[in-house]
Amino acid sequence: MYSIKEYVIATTLEEAYNLNQKKTNRIIAGNMWLRLGNANIVNAIDLSKLGLNKIEENDEEFQLGCMVSLRQMELDEKLNDYTKNALRDCVKDIVGTQFRNSATVGGSIWGRFGFSDVLTCMLAMDTEVELYKAGRISLADFVNMKPDNDILVKVIIKKNDGKANYQALRNAATDFPVIACCAVKKSDGWSFSIGAKPTKAVRYTASLEDIQNNMDGTLDDILEKITFGTNTRASKEYRKAMAKVLLKRAIKNIETDGQEV
Amino acid sequence: MEINYVLNGRKIKAEISADDMLLGQLRAQKCFSVKCGCETTNCGLCTVWLDGVPVLSCAVPAARAEGHEITTLEGLQKEAREFAQFMAEEGSDQCGFCNPGYVMNVLAMARDLKNPTEKEICDYLSGNLCRCTGYTSHMRAIKKYLAFLKDKKAEEAGDKA
Ligand SMILES: Cc1cc2nc3c(=O)[nH]c(=O)nc-3n(C[C@H](O)[C@H](O)[C@H](O)COP(=O)(O)OP(=O)(O)OC[C@H]3O[C@@H](n4cnc5c(N)ncnc54)[C@H](O)[C@@H]3O)c2cc1C
Ligand code: FES
Ligand code: FES
Repeated sequence: MYSIKEYVIATTLEEAYNLNQKKTNRIIAGNMWLRLGNANIVNAIDLSKLGLNKIEENDEEFQLGCMVSLRQMELDEKLNDYTKNALRDCVKDIVGTQFRNSATVGGSIWGRFGFSDVLTCMLAMDTEVELYKAGRISLADFVNMKPDNDILVKVIIKKNDGKANYQALRNAATDFPVIACCAVKKSDGWSFSIGAKPTKAVRYTASLEDIQNNMDGTLDDILEKITFGTNTRASKEYRKAMAKVLLKRAIKNIETDGQEV
Repeated sequence: MEINYVLNGRKIKAEISADDMLLGQLRAQKCFSVKCGCETTNCGLCTVWLDGVPVLSCAVPAARAEGHEITTLEGLQKEAREFAQFMAEEGSDQCGFCNPGYVMNVLAMARDLKNPTEKEICDYLSGNLCRCTGYTSHMRAIKKYLAFLKDKKAEEAGDKA
């Protein structure tokens, strides 16, 4: 269990950022993950009073403040209409309603957790993150950056002509996923993300023709490039086999508008 | 540090440590319905409402209560008693350990969802674990309780007309 000396409710992002430059200080978001560690924190920097708990939409994108809860994501009609419920589907099995009322999108993406449903889902979409100092970068780049002392301010989902579908497999409802996949079809091609391998999600793309004419071969080629691992939840062989099933299911759902599985 | 919040309609001023969780603070205020089952956000036993929204008090920093309204089972006695009657009738009250958090979340669900399906009920309550019942008696009790609330509402609307 962690310890905290001072609890600071940040009044500006600048204040939060400056405090966060010290290694002994930590951002506190939903606190669901942070509290399970054993850090000795001098200043816990609370972002909850900065108005970052809103989902906003304009012609080009959806902007999710870092303190938006997973439950807000699940219930937001416009966001789910737009993502064909992929975001709702990716969070619906995370522990329970009460948990999702506190856990945040910022904490989920910042953590770059291997098991993350949220990261896996957003990685297949055109997603960017807005960092306080580094500015906007693609989620695909952010995922491979080493955690530093910046602050994730917003997660941005760009609008396009894509259709998304999210699939995950769990040994037991509400447990961590054993394997998770998201597929997005746009007019210029497919993108896929595969997470909970059990290491963090990766993203691959394929042309519309390759999936239409040779779905099995194309997916096999992608899966061959990925390193799957074994842990207490599942073996690497099982993960790889199930990843193909889930990807095919996601593709089929997109092609049939979810009418058939 | 000092925090000020409203607990079951009562104003509270309390001295807390920066790393206190809401669960400990509520028990310090003698709300003993709030219990710790796992302390790892997995069981749902510590459920309370923060501004009417169900949260896990084992993981909410006590400092976050500042300026907010917290509701525990002690503050929902009438509704809890009503629902408990259905639980008793359906045998869904066995060892009873899971009850406080489970009842808090059922009451939140009854406010949040209109005419929920069995699947929607299961989804809403999936974060509340019970070692005894196997959940089928819970489901019977919930369905009967929701039907009772619906009748009650209809009756009240009739009275007004
Ligand atoms: C028991 C349990 C089960 C879970 N199961 C799943 C699951 O099945 N699927 C899934 O996808 N996830 C799962 N999670 C992860 C969860 O959904 C959240 O991703 C996780 O709790 C982090 O979010 P948080 O808001 O709680 O962040 P916190 O715990 O508050 O913070 C996490 C880390 O990120 C840092 N941080 C937070 N926000 C920011 C920010 N804006 N800028 C910079 N740094 C920041 C914090 O300093 C900390 O180091 C689980 C977590 C727990 C505890
Ligand atoms: S004690 Fe909080 S979820 Fe178990
Ligand atoms: S009745 Fe015993 S744990 Fe639920």
